[in-house]
Amino acid sequence: MKRRFALKAAWAALAVSGLVSLPALAADTIKVGVLHSLSGTMAISETVLKDVALMTIDEINAKGGVLGKKLEPVVVDPASNWPLFAEKAKQLITQDKVAVVFGCWTSVSRKSVLPVFEESNALLFYPVQYEGEELSKNVFYTGAAPNQQAIPAVEYLMSKDGGSAKRFVLLGTDYVYPRTTNKILRSFLHSKGIKDEDIMEEYTPFGHSDYQTIIGKIKKFSSEGKKTAVISTINGDSNVPFYKELGNQGLKAKDVPVVAFSVGEEELRGVDTKPLVGHLAAWNYFQSVKNPTNTAFIKEWTDYAKAKSIPGHKDKPLTNDPMEATYIGIHMWAQAVEKAKSTDPDKVIAAMSGQTFKAPGGFTSTMDAKNHHLHKPVFIGEIKNDGQFNVVWKTPGPVKAQPWSPFIPENKGKKDEPEKK
Amino acid sequence: MTVRAHLLLAWLVVLSGLSPAALALTTEQALAIAAGENDSRIEALNAAVARGDDRLPAFVQAMLDDEVKVAGDRVFIVHDGKSTDAASGAAAALPEGADDVTNNNRTRGALEAALAGLRVLSPDVGVRRGAVEELAKASLDESSLPLVEKAYAAETDPGLKRQLERMRATILVSSSDRSKRLAAAAELASSNQSAVASLLQERLAPDSESDAEVRIALQQALSSVRSRLAWGERLAVVFTGISLGSVLLLVALGLAITYGLMGVINMAHGELMMIGAYTTYVVQNLFRTYLPGVFDAYVLAAIPAAFLVSAGVGAVLERGVIRFLYGRPLETLLATWGISLVLQQAVRSTFGAQNVPVENPNWLSGGVEIMSNLVLPFNRIAIIAFAFIVLAGVALLIARTRFGLFIRGVTQNRRMASCVGVDTAKIDMLAFSFGAGIAGLGGVALSQIGNVGPDLGQSYIVDSFLVVVLGGVGQLAGTVVAGLGLGVLNKLLEGVAGAVLAKIAVLVFIVIFIQRKPSGLFAMKGRSAEA
Amino acid sequence: MSAVLGSPVAAGTIAPRRGMLLGMRGWAGVTIALAVVAVIVPIANLLVPAGSAFHLSEYAVQLIAKIMCYAMCALAMDLIWGYTGILSLGHGVFFALGGYAMGMYLMRQIGSDGQYRMPMPDFMVFLNWKQFPWHWALSDSFVAQMLLVVLAPGLLAFVFGFFAFRSRIKGVYFSIITQAMTYAMMLLFFRNETGFGGNNGFTDFKRILDVPLQTPSMRMLLFVITGCTLIAFFLMARAIVDSKFGRVLQAIRDAESRVMFTGYDPLRYKLAIWTLSAVMCGIAGALYVPQVGIINPSEMTPAASIEIAIWTAVGGRATLIGPIVGAFFVNGAKSWFTQAFPEIWLYALGAMFIAVTLFLPQGIVGLLRGPNGVVARLRRGLRKEAESVS
Repeated sequence: MKRRFALKAAWAALAVSGLVSLPALAADTIKVGVLHSLSGTMAISETVLKDVALMTIDEINAKGGVLGKKLEPVVVDPASNWPLFAEKAKQLITQDKVAVVFGCWTSVSRKSVLPVFEESNALLFYPVQYEGEELSKNVFYTGAAPNQQAIPAVEYLMSKDGGSAKRFVLLGTDYVYPRTTNKILRSFLHSKGIKDEDIMEEYTPFGHSDYQTIIGKIKKFSSEGKKTAVISTINGDSNVPFYKELGNQGLKAKDVPVVAFSVGEEELRGVDTKPLVGHLAAWNYFQSVKNPTNTAFIKEWTDYAKAKSIPGHKDKPLTNDPMEATYIGIHMWAQAVEKAKSTDPDKVIAAMSGQTFKAPGGFTSTMDAKNHHLHKPVFIGEIKNDGQFNVVWKTPGPVKAQPWSPFIPENKGKKDEPEKK
Repeated sequence: MTVRAHLLLAWLVVLSGLSPAALALTTEQALAIAAGENDSRIEALNAAVARGDDRLPAFVQAMLDDEVKVAGDRVFIVHDGKSTDAASGAAAALPEGADDVTNNNRTRGALEAALAGLRVLSPDVGVRRGAVEELAKASLDESSLPLVEKAYAAETDPGLKRQLERMRATILVSSSDRSKRLAAAAELASSNQSAVASLLQERLAPDSESDAEVRIALQQALSSVRSRLAWGERLAVVFTGISLGSVLLLVALGLAITYGLMGVINMAHGELMMIGAYTTYVVQNLFRTYLPGVFDAYVLAAIPAAFLVSAGVGAVLERGVIRFLYGRPLETLLATWGISLVLQQAVRSTFGAQNVPVENPNWLSGGVEIMSNLVLPFNRIAIIAFAFIVLAGVALLIARTRFGLFIRGVTQNRRMASCVGVDTAKIDMLAFSFGAGIAGLGGVALSQIGNVGPDLGQSYIVDSFLVVVLGGVGQLAGTVVAGLGLGVLNKLLEGVAGAVLAKIAVLVFIVIFIQRKPSGLFAMKGRSAEA
Repeated sequence: MSAVLGSPVAAGTIAPRRGMLLGMRGWAGVTIALAVVAVIVPIANLLVPAGSAFHLSEYAVQLIAKIMCYAMCALAMDLIWGYTGILSLGHGVFFALGGYAMGMYLMRQIGSDGQYRMPMPDFMVFLNWKQFPWHWALSDSFVAQMLLVVLAPGLLAFVFGFFAFRSRIKGVYFSIITQAMTYAMMLLFFRNETGFGGNNGFTDFKRILDVPLQTPSMRMLLFVITGCTLIAFFLMARAIVDSKFGRVLQAIRDAESRVMFTGYDPLRYKLAIWTLSAVMCGIAGALYVPQVGIINPSEMTPAASIEIAIWTAVGGRATLIGPIVGAFFVNGAKSWFTQAFPEIWLYALGAMFIAVTLFLPQGIVGLLRGPNGVVARLRRGLRKEAESVS
């Protein structure tokens, strides 16, 4: 029994001592956290954001850092596990004492970490397009809200150039982002006179890979009369089998165009794009957008990918919208810290208001004065033979975000700024 | 009227005899089609079609092939590296900074319709076939009738003639002449196109067709088209079910062999499949670099490669770990789970955490259209065939070879086989490698229809266990029936209840079935009592 | 006794004690543990100022609490696997069900403070539901939901176990259908229509019993409750294992057919321990959720359930203290590795599985305490020394 006693005591001591927090080292660096899945189902999309974040931090350090100090990245892997996201976020904030965290992709991960950031009054920069319906003081959203992506895409599909679609299939992965986006879109379609019998809504789980039946259903629905378009909020690697099946079953873009919101250059890497020519995506940035800022950005990424031997990108470097949003977000944060002369979250939040940055998308991105979202231009692109996008429509300039969509009646009366808690 | 109808009207003008003088395509006309706003481009295209420029078909084809470039006010076609002036056809050097002409779906649709109209009277039957198919997809109306009539009259090929006749019927069903409508309705009854069904339905709407007799004819036509379409749907369910079943069969076959033989559920089975899929990826890349000419054959080379690599890994596993856990199935389960984690991470470190792209070779892309609502993709047909070939191979091996004899012997009664002189350790290793090799073949198949990533194994592991458990151990027939049966059942339910509920229902069914028949569908009958 | 049958778990036979449950040292150990949980940790976290070397951070407290919940699951697994020979690869589902029952209550407690400022949980708002579905009828009441924490996993376990054990499904087959069960439940809960938040799960909890959740004192209270529950479960498990009931369980593990031949009905024993272990996991889940702040169907993945088995195997089956040690060891290693060497964490975990099953069938506790363990060797060494001296 002595052993049991000894064992228990030893364990307790070990556990306690191992977790006692050491005093922070002398601060001649500023720590920033990078919270992206490096394994699991979302690694496909998120790993490259970690690399872009590191590249941007290197770039800023090469120019002297921020407030005279170098930025030190702290990278963790929450492994596509949402509760682990919350735990890692807590670790970054309380253990590593980072000044800011750049991270998350799925809305689930963001919603899991939100309570942590709000409770500790820490800062999160979230670079991915999402469903809106959220406006936290502690988060800066550098990705698109529905009115900067989904709504313009549907308007394009209904226009003459887009095919004058009159029936719609809302196809998504079963979680909050597609559900909320489709709720907004349904309301929007109603406002344009499209009836419920002309809308088909269908969901598949994460990781679903057998799309034969669903494509059969789409074919049947589309043959029942007027011109049909598919709005896809399928997420992650389900897109590859979806597009493969689409191509193999001969569903051509000029008959039933598919516009996707979570498919970019990176997601098309694994697909034969020849049968998919003409299908669409809506983003605030495409690699094929031609302007000097983008050329420089692509070159910087190409060199970095080669130097760091990043798998896939070292041979065929691709850039996409969330990468651009990460790049913009880190630079804007650095600028805000310089302006506020401090990394204190409240001061930085105040200094972020109105920040501008020359974005690779070709416009000057502005952080709205109040609502924590970027003003972003909208591009609609068609898939080309080589997997790049051909821009077929764009807004004349940046569009202000509406995080509380006017198409959801419960949003009436919501303010365009974070609630005072 | 739709764009296509506009073009066909234009063609009507041409065919009705306005002099189709051999007008050359001028640079301005080419520029108007290639550059500017989509609306004006399509108008210019219409105008060009009406004029009947004889360089137009080649120009339109070049536009569709993304070979047209614009520099300033000149238009060039770049084909096979040689650039020619679009209007004159003469060779011309491409200036710096020439812009690509881009098309969107709308302009592409207009160009294809124009081409179809230009080609429907071509002397080449293949060209005509393509044109007729293209036209069939356009929504036609009375103004297109003369074109269709003329094409019909000039058509010699009987199949194309039928198609044109039906096209005529789709137009005539809304004609003002009652007898024509009646005839059209009768004609349409033989169609199996879903577009025809919706057209008939539109005609049957309360305010479209007033004549009672025509309505009856339309109704009959509609029900006959619908029943034909229903067959298409039923066949689709059966096909998709067999396709899914063949995949399940492939992934479970290897597991059935190792479990039947050694009573070990190998949790690393999914990772062995993943290794097969990654081998396919590597072979694909090798072919792309060194043998680009025969790239399409990489799948055939990947099959033996994947088999050998997976079998090799299986042999290492067996000798290294599983051998020591003989007689302890639950520990083996856990140890192989650990191995699966190691293999996953190894692949992640080598190839990256992201999925890797595996392209279908040309002969596996696309599908064969059996009916208008039934397209059978080639890759799935190939997988079904492949699964049965592998099954036949395994069955032959087990039934007819010495190795198979030993496997059967050791499965049925290990101790007796050992007494009789069979080297059970060697058989274990060889059989395990063999099962692992089959898993690798499963991976090759999976690489053609889905994602290839470190998590590939995880998505199929539970399914493969359930097939093995359901099918019973010791006989291949169980695995076959269980695999195909589960596939078809899943797809049947999916049409009714959606993908997720179907899956859940299948799982519940398996759990209940196992209660009734704990040793599976085709259990081995033996006399040994459990300890 | 078990040596005759070649069972690899030799450390599991314990003679029933009369009177005291544990020896003197055992009770001393329990008292120390209780003191650590109820006194030392609260002081280290709440009273010792931050920055001091003895301060225990919020992060550490939450991590230990989480691991204690896992330890309860491992303990439950030991009861059915170590002592009864039933390997369940689907126990995560019971953990999750308990967690969801607690989560439902906590979601109702958010009231109108959610993102949408409506009296319904956010996910019901974006699904356009206007009223609560039937299974949320009692979610407002703390008592009802706590009953559900026990009843939901208990009922599922009872029904599943009844049919499975009655058909005499054993061994690997049983493990596989438990995988099927957890997989089916996971798919069900991932559907948003099922009404449990789908992939989002439940998160953003604010209050429990109208007391705010995110305060240090509330967190410490939950920690203490968790610790005391773990110790209570340990004592309960010890009592079961030392009783006659426990003897039958071990007999079923070692030779079920003989147990039947001697007149016992294994079904009742297996079903009882199976249901009890499910309820233990459910309670663990219910304590886990308010401390971690989120529950979603990924707790029901087959992989999560397999990890429970691993904690038990690594720690040492059929020892009761082993699984607790195993849970702390594996999860502690995980936390450290994923921070320090994220790239090689899975190698380490996989290697741990393999090494434990190949070389350490008795687990860590067996390594230390078993007949050939470290302590035994030390003893023998000391004895030899004493002999050689005298």
